[in-house]
Amino acid sequence: MELQTFAEVAIAAAVKSVILVAVLLTSFAYMTLLERKVMAFLQVRLGPNRVGPGGFFQPVADGLKLFFKEELIPAEADRIMFVLAPAITVIPALIILAVVPFGPPLNVCIPTAIGQPDWKWVCYNVPLAVADLNVGMLYILSVASIAVYGIVLAGWSSANKYATMGGIRSTAQMVSYEIALGLSVVGPTLMVGSLSLREITQWQADHYWLVLTQPIGAIIYFLATLAEVNRAPFDMPEAEQELTAGYHTEYSGMKFALFFMAEYIKMVAVSAVGVTLFFGGYLGPFLDVVPNWMAAILGLLYFFIKTFVLLVVMIWIRGTLPRFRYDQLMRFGWKVMLPLALANVAVTAVAVVLFGGRLG
Amino acid sequence: MTDLREVETTLDQLRHLFTERAFSGETMVLNMGPQHPSTHGVLRLILELDGETVVRAIPDIGFLHTGVEKNMEAKTYLKALAMTDRLDYLNNIGNNLTYCLAIEKLMEVNVPERAQVLRVLMAELQRIASHLVWLGTHCIDLAALSILLYCFRDRERIMDIFEMVSGQRMMTTYIRPGGVWRDVPAGFEEAVKDFLEYLPAKLDDYERLLTNNPIFKMRAQGVGHISAEDALHWGMTGSSLRGSGVNYDVRRAMPYCGYETYDFDVPLETGGDVYSRYLCRMREFRESLKICRQALDRLPKTKGPVMTADRKVAPPPRSELSTSMESLIHHFKLYTEGFTPPVGEVYAATESPRGELGVRLVSDGTPKPQRVHYRCPSWANLQALTTMSEGCLVADLVAIIGSIDIVLGDVDR
Repeated sequence: MELQTFAEVAIAAAVKSVILVAVLLTSFAYMTLLERKVMAFLQVRLGPNRVGPGGFFQPVADGLKLFFKEELIPAEADRIMFVLAPAITVIPALIILAVVPFGPPLNVCIPTAIGQPDWKWVCYNVPLAVADLNVGMLYILSVASIAVYGIVLAGWSSANKYATMGGIRSTAQMVSYEIALGLSVVGPTLMVGSLSLREITQWQADHYWLVLTQPIGAIIYFLATLAEVNRAPFDMPEAEQELTAGYHTEYSGMKFALFFMAEYIKMVAVSAVGVTLFFGGYLGPFLDVVPNWMAAILGLLYFFIKTFVLLVVMIWIRGTLPRFRYDQLMRFGWKVMLPLALANVAVTAVAVVLFGGRLG
Repeated sequence: MTDLREVETTLDQLRHLFTERAFSGETMVLNMGPQHPSTHGVLRLILELDGETVVRAIPDIGFLHTGVEKNMEAKTYLKALAMTDRLDYLNNIGNNLTYCLAIEKLMEVNVPERAQVLRVLMAELQRIASHLVWLGTHCIDLAALSILLYCFRDRERIMDIFEMVSGQRMMTTYIRPGGVWRDVPAGFEEAVKDFLEYLPAKLDDYERLLTNNPIFKMRAQGVGHISAEDALHWGMTGSSLRGSGVNYDVRRAMPYCGYETYDFDVPLETGGDVYSRYLCRMREFRESLKICRQALDRLPKTKGPVMTADRKVAPPPRSELSTSMESLIHHFKLYTEGFTPPVGEVYAATESPRGELGVRLVSDGTPKPQRVHYRCPSWANLQALTTMSEGCLVADLVAIIGSIDIVLGDVDR
């Protein structure tokens, strides 16, 4: 049966949220290790290999170290904003993935009326997403853009010139790339006719992966997310060689770790959203032929593998390309990405009107 | 408590450094360095910024002042040699060489042929090593992270060769007045040959990653422009000058160590921007490799001593001490007092990886130099930073510093 009563939905959502947050925090920790290992591989060195086998416990050691570091707040800083900024950055990153389906619906059976003679198994058909929002894509865009406040406020409240410059850069950059990002997801939305990520995945299950008809959308999405999550070659706000550490120059200890966490979780999140939008999400072979529980595991596995590939590509880009300059980045965003994304939307819209359902 | 009057006087003293807009709060004064990831050591830049645009960038030097030049005056000529290694820590051989050339010029010492070939070979290897560090740090300034590691991997092989030859990786003190310290050990030629075969393919790789990379070109082309006249006025030399189209290379203009007998080109670019300087240096790699190959070919043909036979400069072999009275005296004098050049003043120059490295040596006829002055290319090139960086962005500033390849040990001495 489906989840119906408020209690059922709430309990399921709570359980799924806890699992999701736990998975995201773990993935953050191991993203740092993955990045260091992949970068090390690209740079002909070994990477972390002292803590645990192959450096496996390095993230734990890093976390512990940051946990015990002194938390410094500059004397001139705006204390409230300074403390609030990391939280504003990290919370949106954690909740972006709430609407993304990770696998096919799973049958969960729990015994009811335990201890009584007429106890029985009740099976629920639980979708593997925290919430199936019918405006899921809008939710993602809006939540993702909240994070920019954290960075701007961090830069501004630090009372540090480098941090302020980092904050200003990031505002300009994120605002400009948000538009291209928003437009890049319009294409798939038009074709599917829904903003719900579950339905987008379902459409791809019925037809084909959207990247086949939306390659430009996919590329723009990927580039815009690189800018959105401040990854190289768009890592302007924290350009180490210019602004020492950009907006988080003055942060230390766990507050710094929160910014770090936000960046890596957002990397995972936008990759996961990209996979769902363009690469069929959890879809893959054998999902229909295996039993339900195995399909869920397979779906998760496919989802994981696709996300992993995107993440490695991000790291690979960082290891290879020099950084854009601030004005060049803005020019690229407004003069290249935006027109391309608009053209993509227009062409998709015309195609959808002309061919209607035959696109599928 | 700081005395307020003191603060005010300091402000007044600094007033000429900034425009009036800085005092009305229209522009921001930013202190970049001396602790900053991309000032190549301890360079401090006082920036006046209008948003992200640099109104004025003033290099403030002296944070790495070591007093080497002054210290050299208190040491004998040979002992002072060991200090020259510590100046430009990417061009140790070149520092030795220039100082030795000055002494040899003053004392009119003839250097044996084999020593000359070894000097050229080592100097060119040093140039390649220095350029590798330049390439790596220049790229990391532009956030192309991996190339730094590749460059240091390649440089390691040169360091191994240096260690093989002198027992030291950096502070070799290999070049001595009158020749070189010792002949090269067995296996040296093979090691150099291996390296010369190894590097060109790697350079091709780096060029593939950078030369036509659109992001790199956007960052480098048209940035940090300086005209040939300005460059000359500021006394710029080396690739930083040749990138502006001035054909000046000490190896050609005032040949030393027999450079006139080697076949090599002096790369020239006319753009005068970061990209031109980059192209110049990348081609210099290949030219240095060419010179190294020629020197390596000459090495087997020039068997013989690597130190001058002039006993007033170089100690006699130990075997002579028990048979020759004169040798014993020379040995004693050289190791107690050192050699004594005649009264006089000379200037000797070499082409360091950064430009013209000159030594002005003044002798008052005692075993210690009266004055040793290094004319350091980084120092002269850094002066032009203010001109080059006018109106550029903060990100460009970093690229410009990388492109003139300063070494702070060379700037402050």
